[in-house]
Amino acid sequence: MSVRHAILALLSDGPKYGLQLRQEFESGTGEVWPLNIGQVYTTLQRLERDGLVESDEPEQESPQKGFHITEAGEKELSTWLTTPPDLTSPPRDELVIKVLSALRVPGVDVHHVIQIHRRYLVELMQQWTRLKEDEADFDLTFALVADAELFRLDSVVRWLDTADGRLKRAALEPPVPPAMPRLARRLVRR
Amino acid sequence: MSFLELRKVSKSYGDGAAEVHAIQGVDLFVDRGALVAVMGPSGSGKSTLLTIAGSLEEPTSGEVLIDGAEFSKMSRNDKARLRRRTIGYVFQDFNLLAGLTAVENVSLPLELDGVSAKKAQMAGMTALDQLGLTDRATHYPDELSGGERQRVAIARAVVGERHLLLADEPSGALDSTNGEAVMRMILAACHRGVASVIVTHDAQLASWADRVVFLRDGRVVDQTMPPPSPESFLEESPQPSPHR
Repeated sequence: MSVRHAILALLSDGPKYGLQLRQEFESGTGEVWPLNIGQVYTTLQRLERDGLVESDEPEQESPQKGFHITEAGEKELSTWLTTPPDLTSPPRDELVIKVLSALRVPGVDVHHVIQIHRRYLVELMQQWTRLKEDEADFDLTFALVADAELFRLDSVVRWLDTADGRLKRAALEPPVPPAMPRLARRLVRR
Repeated sequence: MSFLELRKVSKSYGDGAAEVHAIQGVDLFVDRGALVAVMGPSGSGKSTLLTIAGSLEEPTSGEVLIDGAEFSKMSRNDKARLRRRTIGYVFQDFNLLAGLTAVENVSLPLELDGVSAKKAQMAGMTALDQLGLTDRATHYPDELSGGERQRVAIARAVVGERHLLLADEPSGALDSTNGEAVMRMILAACHRGVASVIVTHDAQLASWADRVVFLRDGRVVDQTMPPPSPESFLEESPQPSPHR
């Protein structure tokens, strides 16, 4: 999971404070990935060092420091969104974050981002299938490994297909916002 | 020249406000011996594309050519002959005739085309033999397993001198081992020079193809690049991750 790029994505629609970034990161990822505020500030410092974000001068009465994305940061974000992750040893979460981040970046077609990753995965599957076609009759161990890779890659393609369909339906029928935040509802149920 | 060519093919159903565009401006070229997979979700137009490629349905606009001959310029009889002699279809639900044995199902297209019963039976037995079904030839479809029924359907699709194989979700509800066996048979037909198109939503099935074309909302949105050689893939790549 790239906190660095997720923060760039959050800053792509306007300047934000550290605390705000943490809240938006957590709500934007379905509250699945908690983020330490210390991690947010460490990441922001590194992003600033690398010229990808800049800090605004805090106003007199405000103790908080705002950050905005630079042109180099936007370029980095754009490259990251469309660069397939290394799924040969995959952090599968990285792809999920890319798709979730693509939703937030103005001017990015999330379906296009999904298709880039889908094609990459299917191309990888073609390679494994071709190897299996050649080798599987002679090498059982290889066939088992190839199957494992094919099923793993297939599961990611299926997630992309489902995400694609879900986003398409959501665009046609915007959901009614829940009366209370998801976490609060979970707590009430308990 | 590709064996199957679809040029700017569109198909709409209904009129006015109720008009539905099943496929729009689709280009598809399939060479002899090539296996092309058309991959897309339900409702993306895959099956429509396949029925148009097989001349089972007319496009609203665009051209379909088989071996350089345009469908739209063929008479009804020519098209019927083409469907009997050149094109083999494999459907998800097998579509075998329940009252005929496996070999009778396979040889039926040849008999309908005027081949003598004896010769058709021999060709049917050869096709079944190639698919490892010799000992099931006299069984009726309800005496066969799902995998065997689909193999019979493939034998029927490739019997005789067919040059184009069109398959709609060919592994259907089969488990992955039987699904793989089905794809190996389709690939074997390609190695004999048959041009093949499968339509599927299943990436594992599509990954057997030389080229995967992605269909969304009736349009081709993308396709896979030609793969590097297996050797270079193994050298450059990736050891699969051990656990997750």
